[in-house]
Amino acid sequence: MEKQVLRFKVNGDEYEVFIHPKTLLAEVIRDHLGFTGTKRGCETVSCGACTVNINGFSVKSCSVLAIQCQDMEVTTVEGLEKNGKLSPIQRAFLDNGSYQCGFCTPGMLMSATAFISEAKNPTKEQMKESIEGNVCRCTGYNSIVRAIEAVTQGKYKEE
Amino acid sequence: MINDFHYLKPASLKEALAMYAQYDDCKVICGGQSLLIVMRQGMVAPEYLLDIKHVKELSYIKFDDKDGLRIGATTTHREIEKSDVIAKKYPVLVAMEEKLASIQTRNWGTIGGNLAHADPAGDPGPVLIALKAEIKFGSSSGEKTAPLDEFFVDYFETKMEHGDLVLEVHVPTPEPKFGCAYQKFNLLDSDMGIVAAAASVTLNADGTCKDARVVLGNAGPVPLRVTKAEDLLKGKKLDDALFAEAGQIASEEAQPVADIHASEEHRRHVLGVLTKRMLKKAFDQAQKA
Repeated sequence: MEKQVLRFKVNGDEYEVFIHPKTLLAEVIRDHLGFTGTKRGCETVSCGACTVNINGFSVKSCSVLAIQCQDMEVTTVEGLEKNGKLSPIQRAFLDNGSYQCGFCTPGMLMSATAFISEAKNPTKEQMKESIEGNVCRCTGYNSIVRAIEAVTQGKYKEE
Repeated sequence: MINDFHYLKPASLKEALAMYAQYDDCKVICGGQSLLIVMRQGMVAPEYLLDIKHVKELSYIKFDDKDGLRIGATTTHREIEKSDVIAKKYPVLVAMEEKLASIQTRNWGTIGGNLAHADPAGDPGPVLIALKAEIKFGSSSGEKTAPLDEFFVDYFETKMEHGDLVLEVHVPTPEPKFGCAYQKFNLLDSDMGIVAAAASVTLNADGTCKDARVVLGNAGPVPLRVTKAEDLLKGKKLDDALFAEAGQIASEEAQPVADIHASEEHRRHVLGVLTKRMLKKAFDQAQKA
């Protein structure tokens, strides 16, 4: 089957890749572009480790055809830091110990980032719901929710 | 492993319908949140894949007091969840969407795709049937409309024939004394329901039951309407004893299978309980409406 050209933005940079239409977004991000921060876990839309943001909305990149992202803007965990400075949620994760093995962390950060950008005075319940699509097998979630809470309370500013 | 396929990207609805009519072994993808899973498992391996994600003509939410609610097929679950007008007029739809899979899935998956996939465990089916929704689908040779409860034929099968796309879901304006509730039973909020029940109640001015609907999720090959339970309630002054009796009927009329998540007996039991509770909740809403 013929390869097709996919033009899109990843972490602010323009990319043009030639892919089979069946290629998943997670494969393009990791194998074609080398952004291996995005993890492939369950590959069945369950675990959320592959979460990236498309035009600001979180999606599970293991279950999105890359070719559907034509002309769109994708952000991976590598795109969160700006000019060498970590984003607020990244610093909050560090301060709150919001990770152990780290496998879920990129997905958690992307879900949290999408949530923080749209949430207005969120409740604790909404913070918990914001990571409903992400599975963590070590921290027990509380430290992650604490980090999200700290950012939404304005304790971390963009540097 | 996903099979190789030819990728078709129509620019408009007209072009999409023309392409679909042209290719026999062709599947339609929008968000692909259901389709890509079965493609990866090799259960579906089409030669052509028709991508309608970018067909903007089908992405809309319209509400009119007379006409009711119209949702275009490529509208995402998240757009429905976040719609102010739906929250105001059909709060049960928002509550259902909030528990449908995860945020990521709702951001990319669409209402038309969900209904076309026709998984009897899907959340929108039972709720929309309880809301008396109709579905519009069509091909290059014309459009058809069907009540949603007649749209589902069997497991993963609908009335649509090859070449048909889901176009729109139409939910009528709720009658004055109307209430509708839905709950699924599962271990994680974002999972599909082990079983689910939706119920709606319309009351007459004198407080008797004008109309009722009971629809079960994951309790048979399609979202299952329990007309025996509905008939029991119509014309009567509703009370807890009637809701319990309706629950008992739902439990008996259900056709659940046993699997790793629950036995058949357990499913029947929970369906009875959920039916009773959802009828009570819908009734309370209708009284206050």
